[in-house]
Amino acid sequence: MRYAMVIDTLKCVGCSDCVVACQTENDVPIGYCRDWITETVNGAYPSIELELKSERCNHCENAPCVRCCPTGASHQLNNGIVLVTGDECIGCGACIESCPYDARYQHPDGYVDKCTFCHHRLEKGQLPACVSVCPTKCMYFGDLDNPNSEVSELLKKRKYKTLAPEAGTKPHVYYLI
Amino acid sequence: MTTSRRKFIKISALGLGGVAATTSALNMFGSNSYIDELVKENVAKKFKRTPTYCEVCFWKCAAWTYTDEKGAVKKIIGNDNDPHCFGRLCPRGTGGVGMYNDEDRLKTPLIRTTVNGEETFREASWEEALDLIASKFNGIKEKYGAESLGLIKHGAPGAHLEHLYKAIGSDTIAEPAYAQCRGPRETGFALTFGSWVGSPEPTDIRDTKCLVLIGSHIGENMHNSQVQEMSDAIDNGATIITVDPRFSTAASKSTHWLAIKPATDIALMLAWMHVLIEENLYDKEYVKKYALGFKELKEHVSQYTPEWAYGITTIEPEEIRKTARAMAHAAPSVIVHPGRHVTWYGDDTQRARAMASLNALLGSWGRRGGFYFKESIKVPKYPHPAYPHPKWGWHEIGAQYPLAQMGITTEVVKASIPNPENKYPVKAWLVAGTNITKSIPNQKLLKEAIDALEFMVVIDTMPMDVTGYADVVLPECTYLERYDGIRSATNREPSIAVRVPAVPPKYDSKPTWWIAKQLGERMGVGEFFNYDDFEEVIEWQLQKMGTSLDEMKKIGVKNYPRTSGPLFLNEDETYNFPTQSGKIELYSQELKDLGFDPMPKYTKHPEPEQGFYRLNYGRAPMHTFSRTANNPNLNDLKSENNLWVNPKVARIIGLKTGQEVWLKNQDDIISSFGIKVRVTERIRWDSVYMVHGFGHKEKQLSRAYGKGINDTELISKIAVDPIMGGTGMRGNFVTILTENPHKNTEI
Repeated sequence: MRYAMVIDTLKCVGCSDCVVACQTENDVPIGYCRDWITETVNGAYPSIELELKSERCNHCENAPCVRCCPTGASHQLNNGIVLVTGDECIGCGACIESCPYDARYQHPDGYVDKCTFCHHRLEKGQLPACVSVCPTKCMYFGDLDNPNSEVSELLKKRKYKTLAPEAGTKPHVYYLI
Repeated sequence: MTTSRRKFIKISALGLGGVAATTSALNMFGSNSYIDELVKENVAKKFKRTPTYCEVCFWKCAAWTYTDEKGAVKKIIGNDNDPHCFGRLCPRGTGGVGMYNDEDRLKTPLIRTTVNGEETFREASWEEALDLIASKFNGIKEKYGAESLGLIKHGAPGAHLEHLYKAIGSDTIAEPAYAQCRGPRETGFALTFGSWVGSPEPTDIRDTKCLVLIGSHIGENMHNSQVQEMSDAIDNGATIITVDPRFSTAASKSTHWLAIKPATDIALMLAWMHVLIEENLYDKEYVKKYALGFKELKEHVSQYTPEWAYGITTIEPEEIRKTARAMAHAAPSVIVHPGRHVTWYGDDTQRARAMASLNALLGSWGRRGGFYFKESIKVPKYPHPAYPHPKWGWHEIGAQYPLAQMGITTEVVKASIPNPENKYPVKAWLVAGTNITKSIPNQKLLKEAIDALEFMVVIDTMPMDVTGYADVVLPECTYLERYDGIRSATNREPSIAVRVPAVPPKYDSKPTWWIAKQLGERMGVGEFFNYDDFEEVIEWQLQKMGTSLDEMKKIGVKNYPRTSGPLFLNEDETYNFPTQSGKIELYSQELKDLGFDPMPKYTKHPEPEQGFYRLNYGRAPMHTFSRTANNPNLNDLKSENNLWVNPKVARIIGLKTGQEVWLKNQDDIISSFGIKVRVTERIRWDSVYMVHGFGHKEKQLSRAYGKGINDTELISKIAVDPIMGGTGMRGNFVTILTENPHKNTEI
């Protein structure tokens, strides 16, 4: 089992529904977020390209946040999900600094927080809140170890990229381009 | 360590205020699912779900409100069986919790009073506020007639007030959704095909092979099911053609983006029709069988070559030909989308006619992948006495515009300004669910009308700019706290959805059905409100529709089979379009008889002078007009609008992204607040762009006050559509001020 998320940038309209759905699902306080939208514009009028995409923790195979955590609060499950144990976290911020995706923030309650791939929903057989709400259905979630899963199929069929591959983190959020 | 840390969390959470404090323990455990026991607890947690349909915008998606064991609203999730959302709400629907939680909500009735010579509001009881309104309204009714009571409304609560108004004998009813928004396309399509476009638009986007968007920015407007279907169309490899001077989100998803010069769309469409006919690409059989006036149209567009249009639109002739051929190639599975907010230049009904005629030439109306024949189910009327017949109403007020199908808000505004020649004097307004200072252009005229009113009431959930002008303000509870009428959707198949309160009204707010009943009883029309709770009305109606409130509470949405016939044209049978002639009218005798062009013509519209830029405005996916700017969840996503400026313009003026500027329009109107510049290649050099709905002046909106510019205050020049009274608002030009013009003045 190796969870991964695949996001189709050709369909994303950058509406931020994934952000609100995550906030209400996970009680993320207003002013903070576990996922967010980026907009990249290239070219000059009228030859322009626009890429919109939803970003979050990449649940990296080689996760710098896990390696640098002094207390072991940041850890990785066998299914690849990277989590933070709130009451083991001393809020030192090393993981925030180490993350090439800027995916972590300090919760007002003191600990570091980030995307969990909605671990608690997966246990109920539900998709992550962001995936299940997306009005463009541009987000896919599943098991990369299963060659027949939707995510595996998409990565076989479509051109894709990952973010900051040069960081060597082996991220598990893929972007169809 | 663990214990002391938990203690610390509790203390710090208390510092965050009530809501955060009560949920902070849940935050901890919910977001740290490593603790197996607690994860299980979280997983096992039983939420209660209550059906509703969303009121954050007009799409009215059916949803479930989730409340926890303490009765707190946790989240709102789309109803899987709803054709408006297919189980997926948009950001505004998901963020609807913020509408309920907003601590700036109106909390009690307010009555205008004078203290030490200064006008202010004082809190009042419902009893006092309702008595006051009833006595003032009764007074106006006696003196001038009930017709002098005007209602300006929007959304589901409007229906309760419309019932009240009709009961007391007034039909002086209007909503900005018509003459300030989609009116021209309704009139234009009705003239051509015999029926309104309506909402949701009957566009078969999911099965289309070619979607043509003319200034319609699906994806930035989150018209939910359409956004979803556009995504399906992308998956299916549909051709998307977007015509927009701005590189919209939709443009970025398009096969062809035509970066048109603003205000020249009709020229492009005439050239498209020219190509379709000249190259013999139009649907000959369809046109022959169903349309009238093809010969006239052919002759009319013969002069409008792509070369002619190039000089006007700046779109290369070859690009015009290529896109026309792409549409024809996909036909009849092609949609030239009617758009939604279409009050642009004053010839908007004619532009809609051009769109409709294109669809007719392509044979897309009544065809799979084009437009389907929509159907809804009739909700039976709860019994009440017959309404009295008013002597005049919206129709007479707007009589100057022969094909207006609904009240023209701006004409109601004009009728409210004292004038001895005005036969239809409006003396009081009830404004509900619409912040007219941000939806009605020409603020000077609007203020003049408001000043002249004898009495004005505002019903809303939030303090808005408009509430500041009211004599009495009534706090409405949000859609999560009330019953409303059954939503009967017009769609591929009929469906209904119910709105059931998930939580009791917060503060001293009340549902509008209750307000309408209370006012009705006080105004002597209590027999029109023959129920104690609106729940009884819904229950009665649902029983008649073969279901019950109990069942609907469990399912939220009920779908019905079609009874009106097939979804698309049955080519083997004759079909009569609901026009006067029974045919699609490419040539409109009705327009001709009224003295208008029977077929659309291109008219040149004014252009900005040097140093001025056309003010274009639009939508952001996380906001609805001006009503969501203060919603804590949605404000968190976007708290202000920006001024989009082309880099060339930025270089000339010396502007940088993030810099605050102010705007002055062609009539020397200066924006109340500043706006931050966004230098971007996504906008033409002859225009600037901002998202509509910001620049709130109401100080009680703690998050939205003073953030960004209200585009509507800069729209003082209006090109009125002579056919239906729509207010064209895209002909205003602004210059950019880099120094704060309000430096020495307090706003």
